[in-house]
Amino acid sequence: MQLQEDQERKELVVRTLVFTPLTIFVMIGGFLLLRNNPMSQVMTTLFAIVWGTASVLSMFYSMNLIVQLFPTKKYNKIIPFVFVGPAILIIGWYLLIPTVRSLVLSFMNRNSTSFVGFENYKYIVTDATMRTAFGNTVLWLLFGTAFAVFFGLLTALLAERSAIEKLGKTLVFLPMAISMVGAGVIWKFMYAYKPVGANQTGLLNAIMVGLGGKPQNWLGSAPMNNFFLILIFVWLQTGFSLVVLSAALKGVSDEIKEAARIDGAKEFTILMRIILPSIYGSIITVSTTIMLAALKSFDIVYSMTNGLYGTEVLASQQYKQMFKFLDYGRGSAIAIVILLAVSPVIYYNLKEFNKREVF
Amino acid sequence: MKAKVHMTRGGKIITFLLILFCLIWTIPTAGILITSFRDSDATASSGWWTAFSSLKDFTLGNYDEVLGGQRFTVGTAGGGTATRRGASMGSAFLSSITVTLPAVIIPIFIAAAAAYAFAWMSFPGRRILFAMVIALLVVPLQISLIPILRDYQKIGLNGTYLGIWLAHTGFGLPLATYILFNYISTIPRSILESAFIDGANHFTMFARLIIPLSIPALASFAIFQFIWVWNDLLVALVFLSGSGQMMEVVTVRLMNMAGTRGSDWHLLTAGAFVSMILPLVVFLSLQKFFVKGLLAGSVKG
Repeated sequence: MQLQEDQERKELVVRTLVFTPLTIFVMIGGFLLLRNNPMSQVMTTLFAIVWGTASVLSMFYSMNLIVQLFPTKKYNKIIPFVFVGPAILIIGWYLLIPTVRSLVLSFMNRNSTSFVGFENYKYIVTDATMRTAFGNTVLWLLFGTAFAVFFGLLTALLAERSAIEKLGKTLVFLPMAISMVGAGVIWKFMYAYKPVGANQTGLLNAIMVGLGGKPQNWLGSAPMNNFFLILIFVWLQTGFSLVVLSAALKGVSDEIKEAARIDGAKEFTILMRIILPSIYGSIITVSTTIMLAALKSFDIVYSMTNGLYGTEVLASQQYKQMFKFLDYGRGSAIAIVILLAVSPVIYYNLKEFNKREVF
Repeated sequence: MKAKVHMTRGGKIITFLLILFCLIWTIPTAGILITSFRDSDATASSGWWTAFSSLKDFTLGNYDEVLGGQRFTVGTAGGGTATRRGASMGSAFLSSITVTLPAVIIPIFIAAAAAYAFAWMSFPGRRILFAMVIALLVVPLQISLIPILRDYQKIGLNGTYLGIWLAHTGFGLPLATYILFNYISTIPRSILESAFIDGANHFTMFARLIIPLSIPALASFAIFQFIWVWNDLLVALVFLSGSGQMMEVVTVRLMNMAGTRGSDWHLLTAGAFVSMILPLVVFLSLQKFFVKGLLAGSVKG
C-alpha cells in the first residue's frame, strides 16, 4: 500500500516537472509570437484557436498537478483559487481596476498630468453640446425602451394566438443578428432623400411623394431626427423583447385564463388583470436590459450622423472626447456619468443575488 | 389544453396583423438585399421596389467590387495606366473571422472553470467574488477603454489581434461566468459525488464531467459572444485602429464606406450584406441556443 502511494507520488512529481515548464513555454511563446503578428490571417486564426484552447486547459492541468503535491487537506483549500483565479484576474484587469482608474482620470486634465478637481464634471453639465447629448440620451432611454418593449409585447401576444408563430417570431427577431452599423446602412437607405422633382430612391420619401407630400430630409433637422435614429434602435431591439416576453407568456397559467373566460371576462380584461401582472417581472427585466443598451449604444449615432444636426448622445460624446479630441479627463468623466446611470441596476442585481439560496 | 384560436375569424385577423408587422420589419432588409444586386445607374435613378419591372438591371458586379476592392486606374511610371484595387470587404471579412473565433473560444474554458468553482467548491471570499462578477455584468465597457489602451501601449499589444481577443475575453467573462454558473449549479450533486468516490481530482472532474455536461450552456454563450464580437464597432475602433486597412473588421470597413461612398448605394448595400451574412446564417441555424443564451441573462457591458 505504502509502496504504491510512493510510486504514485513519484509519477505525479515527474508529470508536474514535465508539464509545468511546457505550459509556461506554450503560453508565453504563443503570446510573444502572436504579439508580433507574423502570420497570414487564416494562419493566425487557426494558431490562436489551438493556442488559446491548449494554453487555458494546460494551465488548469499543470496548476492542478502542482497543488496535488500538497497533502489532500491543503489541496482542497487551494484548488478553488486555481479555478477562479484566471477569471478573477482578467475581470479585475479589464473591468474592476479600470473603473477606479477612470474615476481618477476624470479628475485630471486632458492628458492626465495635473489634478483639476470637478472641472470636467462642470464642463459636462454646462457645455451646450453636452446638454444636447444629455437631452437626447433621455429621449433614447424613454422612447427607445418604451417602443421596443411595447412592440415586443404586442408581437408576443399576436404570435401566441396566430397560425405562424415560429416564422413571425424569427422575422421580427432577425435584426438582433445585424450590427448597429449594418442597421444604420439599411435605414440610411430607407431615409434616403432627393430634392423635389427627382425620382426618390428612399422608400419613406417615395411614400411621402406618392401620398402627395414633399420629400423630407429625415435626418437633417432636430429634434425629429433623433426619433428617426431611435426607430433604428427599436427595430433592432424589438426582437429581444419579443423573445423574452414570449417565453414569459408561455408560463402564464392556462387554467386561470380559462376560468376567467368562463366567468365572462373580456379578452382585454384578462390581458390587463391576469396576463400583464403575471409577466410583470419579465417586463421589468426586458426594460432594464434595453435601457442599458440605449444608454451605451454609440454605433447608430456615430455611423448615421456622426452626432451632427443635434443628434449627439452621451456615448458618442464620450468616444469623441477620448479618441477625437484626445481629452482623457472629459472622456473619463462622461464614462463615470454613464456608470452612475447604470448603478441602480448594479444595486438591484446584487440585491437579487443576495436573495438566492444557492449562496 | 391551449385553445386553437387561430381557426376562428379573430385568429385570422391576428395572423393577418402579425404578417403585416413582419412585413414592415422585413422590408428594410429586403430593400438593401435587392439593391445590392442592381447596377449603379438603376440604383441611382429608381427605387428598389421597381427593380422587378426591368430584370436586365440585375448584376453581380457590386459584390465583385465590394469583395475584391474597388478598381482604380492609376498612372504608372512608364506613362501607361494600371488597375489597382482598393480596400475590400473580402479582407475585412477575413479580419473579422480572425478577431471573432478566438475571442469566442478563449473565454469559454476560463469562465467554465470559474463557474465550476463558484458552484461546487466552498472557499473564503466565494460570495464576495461572485458578487463582483454580478456587479460587473452591467458596467459599461466605455469605462475600460482608456486604462486598457494605456496598458496595451506599454506592453505592445495595441493594434494586435491578441490585444483585441483579450479585450473581448475580459469584457465577455462576467456574462460567460454567470450563464455557465446558472447551468453548472443545476448539475445533480449525486453525479459529482460518485465521481469523487471513484478518486477523481478536480481537474479530471472538470475536463471529463463538467465540460461535456455543460455543452448546451457553452453553445449558448458561444453564439451570443460570436454575434456580439462580430457586430462590435467600439472595441474594434479603439484597439485595432491605426494598424492599417489589413486589420479592419467588417463593421469598421462598412462605417468607412458609408462615410466616403455614402451615395454609392449599389456598393454600400452589397457591403452591408457581406457584413451581415455570417451572423445571419449562424443565427438562423443556431437560433435555439442563441435564445437560451438571451434568456439566461443577456445584460452585458
